[in-house]
Amino acid sequence: MNQIVRFDKVVKSFGAAQVLRGVSFTVERGQVAALIGRSGSGKTTALRCINGLETVQGGELHVCGREMHASGVDLHALRKEVGIVFQSYNLFPHMTVLQNVTLGPRKVKGMARDQAETLGMQMLRKVGLEERAGYYPEQMSGGQQQRAAIARSLAMEPKLMLFDEVTSALDPELTGEVLRVIESLAADGMTMVLVTHEMEFARSVADQIVFMHQGVVWETGGGDLLDQPATPELRQFVGNGL
Amino acid sequence: MFGISIDQLLFIVKGAGWTLVLSAMGFVGGALIGLPLALARSRGGRALKAITGLYVQLVQGIPLPVIMFVAYFGISISGFDLPALVAAGLAMTAYAGAYLGEIWKGCIQAVPRTQWEAAECIALKPLQRVLYVILPQAARIAVAPTVGFLVQIIKNSSYAVVIGFFDLTYSARVVNNSTFRPFAVFTVAALIYFAICYPLSSLSYRLERRLARR
Repeated sequence: MNQIVRFDKVVKSFGAAQVLRGVSFTVERGQVAALIGRSGSGKTTALRCINGLETVQGGELHVCGREMHASGVDLHALRKEVGIVFQSYNLFPHMTVLQNVTLGPRKVKGMARDQAETLGMQMLRKVGLEERAGYYPEQMSGGQQQRAAIARSLAMEPKLMLFDEVTSALDPELTGEVLRVIESLAADGMTMVLVTHEMEFARSVADQIVFMHQGVVWETGGGDLLDQPATPELRQFVGNGL
Repeated sequence: MFGISIDQLLFIVKGAGWTLVLSAMGFVGGALIGLPLALARSRGGRALKAITGLYVQLVQGIPLPVIMFVAYFGISISGFDLPALVAAGLAMTAYAGAYLGEIWKGCIQAVPRTQWEAAECIALKPLQRVLYVILPQAARIAVAPTVGFLVQIIKNSSYAVVIGFFDLTYSARVVNNSTFRPFAVFTVAALIYFAICYPLSSLSYRLERRLARR
């Protein structure tokens, strides 16, 4: 199973608004895929379909060997394998950073406290936050919170990580520190799908760029896609974005 | 003092003790109903929301003294002879449960939806999401309004007088019947109610302000 994610003509509507109108693309193991496109192009919805936060209404979507389009898919099992990081961090405000990171391992995987904390500290070291383990989210900067959120997902030892515009709420300096963490994950061989507005970052870190437009995959290719857009839509998007 | 003897004063204070007992019953019973009610009302399916909604509407649409009568006479008709304390406790439980349920429903809904999502996405099961992520945050929001409602419970427990429950209001009435000094007697009762409620309501205000500053 080398294809971790396979979209095949996936359709999704919210009421009368059709957001995904036949989306198809695949992500291989160890690949980093960047979903780019305007607001409303469906990229965040596509990402949320991957871990079942949105249900697919048509077409087929395979994630880690599971059929997300079928009824009765085991979301609980899926989420042990697929981590997600949100734009607004969504850390648990009543817990310290270390408690945030160890909650999943302890309650879902049944790890003992000290074992989970060892793992948690290891993950915090990965994102450069080991000295902040005892802090509460509100005591940290946005960039630190976002790195803590990444550590929380990593602690579940996922096979696939999803990033939903994780730097959109951060200023350029803090954006840099979060992107460096994602780069190091890519270097470790983590399979990742990221929705991003950071074109330079997408160009440098992504193996595959998926340009979405009006609910379909308009163009897809490697990092050089942004240098040689085939369609006027991507040309215009890149022109505005850079 | 104002023509009331020490013995009579102690008699009134004894009534105040039973007011506290009944209030505690109402609060504990109400909390036992209110918490599942709040969860059902905020996260339940359509049928569950409809049934629990009906319960809340029913309790909120009936005056508390009438609920007291229904509990007292309704249960004695069905063959059980209940002491007034039990009937009043049941009525207070039904009443407090409906209102606490509504208060806590609001507190649960005040926790951002994204927190449910984040909890779901680290593979926590529904009950774990509620226990570890949602309720601790909702509880923080709930403290001030809950303490505030406790004051309502204490004051409204005085309606138990309609079914002859011996509380602060009842004991004051008994003393008044023998002293014929209604102003003095009920002023004493009022002061005792105030002495119980004032610390609670000012605590509620303080907690509310502290939460708002956060």
